[in-house]
Amino acid sequence: MLATSLLFLLRFHANMATSMASQAAARGLRAASFRHLFLDKVKCTTVSPRRWLNLQEYQSKKLMQESGVAVQRFYVADSASEALKAAKRLNAKEIVLKAQILAGGRGKGVFDSGLKGGVHLTKDPAVVGELAKKMLGFNLTTKQTPKDGVKVKTVMVAEALDISRETYFAILMDRSCNGPVMVGSPQGGMDIEEVAASTPELIFKEIIDIFEGVRDDQALRMAANLGFKGPLQRQAADQIKRLYDLFLKVDATQVEVNPLGETPEGQVVCFDAKINFDDNAEFRQKAVFAMDDMTESDPTEMEAAKWDLKYIGLDGNIACFVNGAGLAMATCDIIDLHGGKPANFLDLGGGVKERQVYEAFKLLTADPKVEAILVNIFGGIVNCAIIANGITKACRELELKVPLVVRLEGTNVTEAKRILTESGLPITAAENLDDAARKAVAAIKKE
Amino acid sequence: MSHTRLFAKLLLQQSGVRHCYTGTRKNLYITKNSKVICQGFTGKQGTFHSQQALDYGSQLVGGVSPGKGGKTHLGLPVFNSVVEAKEGTGADATVIYVPPPFAAAAIIEAIDAEIPLVVCITEGIPQQDMVRVKHKLLRQSNTRLIGPNCPGVINPGECKIGIMPGHIHKKGRIGIVSRSGTLTYEAVHQTTQVGLGQSLCVGIGGDPFNGTNFIDCLEVFLQDPKTDGIILIGEIGGNAEENAAEYLKQHNTGANAKPVVSFIAGLTAPPGRRMGHAGAIIAGGKGGAKEKIAALQSAGVVVSMSPAQLGSTMFKEFEKRNSPMWRWMRPTGSAYPDYYNSETHTLCSCPCFCHDLVPCTRR
Repeated sequence: MLATSLLFLLRFHANMATSMASQAAARGLRAASFRHLFLDKVKCTTVSPRRWLNLQEYQSKKLMQESGVAVQRFYVADSASEALKAAKRLNAKEIVLKAQILAGGRGKGVFDSGLKGGVHLTKDPAVVGELAKKMLGFNLTTKQTPKDGVKVKTVMVAEALDISRETYFAILMDRSCNGPVMVGSPQGGMDIEEVAASTPELIFKEIIDIFEGVRDDQALRMAANLGFKGPLQRQAADQIKRLYDLFLKVDATQVEVNPLGETPEGQVVCFDAKINFDDNAEFRQKAVFAMDDMTESDPTEMEAAKWDLKYIGLDGNIACFVNGAGLAMATCDIIDLHGGKPANFLDLGGGVKERQVYEAFKLLTADPKVEAILVNIFGGIVNCAIIANGITKACRELELKVPLVVRLEGTNVTEAKRILTESGLPITAAENLDDAARKAVAAIKKE
Repeated sequence: MSHTRLFAKLLLQQSGVRHCYTGTRKNLYITKNSKVICQGFTGKQGTFHSQQALDYGSQLVGGVSPGKGGKTHLGLPVFNSVVEAKEGTGADATVIYVPPPFAAAAIIEAIDAEIPLVVCITEGIPQQDMVRVKHKLLRQSNTRLIGPNCPGVINPGECKIGIMPGHIHKKGRIGIVSRSGTLTYEAVHQTTQVGLGQSLCVGIGGDPFNGTNFIDCLEVFLQDPKTDGIILIGEIGGNAEENAAEYLKQHNTGANAKPVVSFIAGLTAPPGRRMGHAGAIIAGGKGGAKEKIAALQSAGVVVSMSPAQLGSTMFKEFEKRNSPMWRWMRPTGSAYPDYYNSETHTLCSCPCFCHDLVPCTRR
């Protein structure tokens, strides 16, 4: 009703009124928009299916290059001599040498070789070779790495370009708009959340129709809003379209370019990009997922991923073993409510098999922090008897040393309970979720 | 000129188009007369859950398995396409157990065939595919989608479409809507144990782009004379719960407001970590449990801090509203005693709480 009456108004008023109205709408959209931005920068709690695909900077840039997106020319090297060769091949006025690790804060990091800084600028290729010698094979420690740092196995040797102006540009799948959205700001390079908070009128948004793609007028308007003028506007619009093509091609959930910069020579270049991938698309993005570097991930989480278990380590001492993400979170919540501290989040998933149950148990019992284990299974698709068999096998083979509280409900629960009682193992049975949490917390206190 | 077009288009996107899809909300309410077909009928999951559905008493009338049309499976006809199945059986609902690479196409096939209700169980459909499905879904007014990545929908005793264990349900008065599968079973189990039972349980699933949200179900529950209370189960991420709170503020206030009890999972989840569903990844607000709980409480929702107290909390809400009549409206022939003492957490078949299983003569 509101829609038709407003459209009615639009038809009978001058262009003046309509442009004012549309500006108001755009402002309203923009006001709503900056809440939807900057996923990983905002400290929001999020949930994911399998694992968090991590790409090195050079891998992201390679993907961008393949889509025709303008990035600084670069080579990748894993030895000092390679780095030197690459620097010479670049034949650039100035070279930037960047250590390739997943964690951020490289610029201010320190190598255990004594070299300070994971990013260096130089005009001399020989210096690149010297610096690379002090980077490769050494550990780089930054604010975001573990204490001992991360071993640097690759470096990126790139053409350094001057940036005369920095803008921010991102494309993401937005739930409230039911599809892809472009977001940009002429205030790039710095903390974009600051910009969103203090000057929201500098955040621009375009909703993209998934079947239509980015229209010319949308790309040009975004480029103009980002502050690109004259021939640069067309160039930026072209880059925007290519970034959108990349976004679709690799099944990204977000492509964030910060900064999308302007060089003094009149080039529009993507100086850095962060790409988040849709884990559900792994089956058709094999090449992308093959690049996944899991060496910087938590070893337990890596092991869990191997068995298709969703595992996240937490700080406490009561290990959880649950089916279903919501119930797993709720189990951690109720342990906390009863004064305990969960040691992990673990979701077995619906199609879980006995082998996975065994491996999951192995993971949990291997954790020295764990002082009790709480199994909470409500079987719908999951057959409780499978869980029971997996648990009894694991307990026997792994010599369970900590108290085990088991609460089973749902499909085939009677058979499961029988398996557990007949096993003769010291398992505390619980009647419901409350009972289970209470018993688990009490079991720790007894120790 | 482009401003006008943009403005009009955006308005249409935000209100006009939604009106046409929101008209399909009523299709959520399955009954014993609902005729269901299964897409992915002859696959492992399809076969297992179709047999479960038949055992429960759902009216499963056939299935779709391209290339196997004309055959029989579980004693029911198999068709090559949804259109053929609809023509051959008169089905008005379909459940999809098709693997992720082909599931979106299966949903679109059902939309094209104008099936009134599509329930997609499949977990792991790429987001881009679902964006395309949703684009189509929002621009039509015949088909309602539940899911994907959901346990399904059940009207206890009448029709079960999905993977939920039927035996924990009991015909009753509580409408349940949830983003989580197994956590829903907790709420169902508890409401069954306190004797309240369920009128309709909808699992909307955990994906970011899906067919049905909290508000769709809340509208159905608020307008349903058979639903006296509502349980809403949410979790961290996104702003679906906040939107639901806004809706309740506008539509569920005053003397006739139905009691709403809620639990939000993930209060103790550490920020910045991903813990389970693809769907709980942003899109508005910080997505934290505290904000959701506050928003719901401001709408008059009773938020339980424990997932084990949903049934008891709902029972207390009815007691508070002091309506003795509702006790007599409960369905007869229930397997559980009818009266629940919330102080001692005991059940009794008569209001004097003498703890006998049959009504005593002192009544």
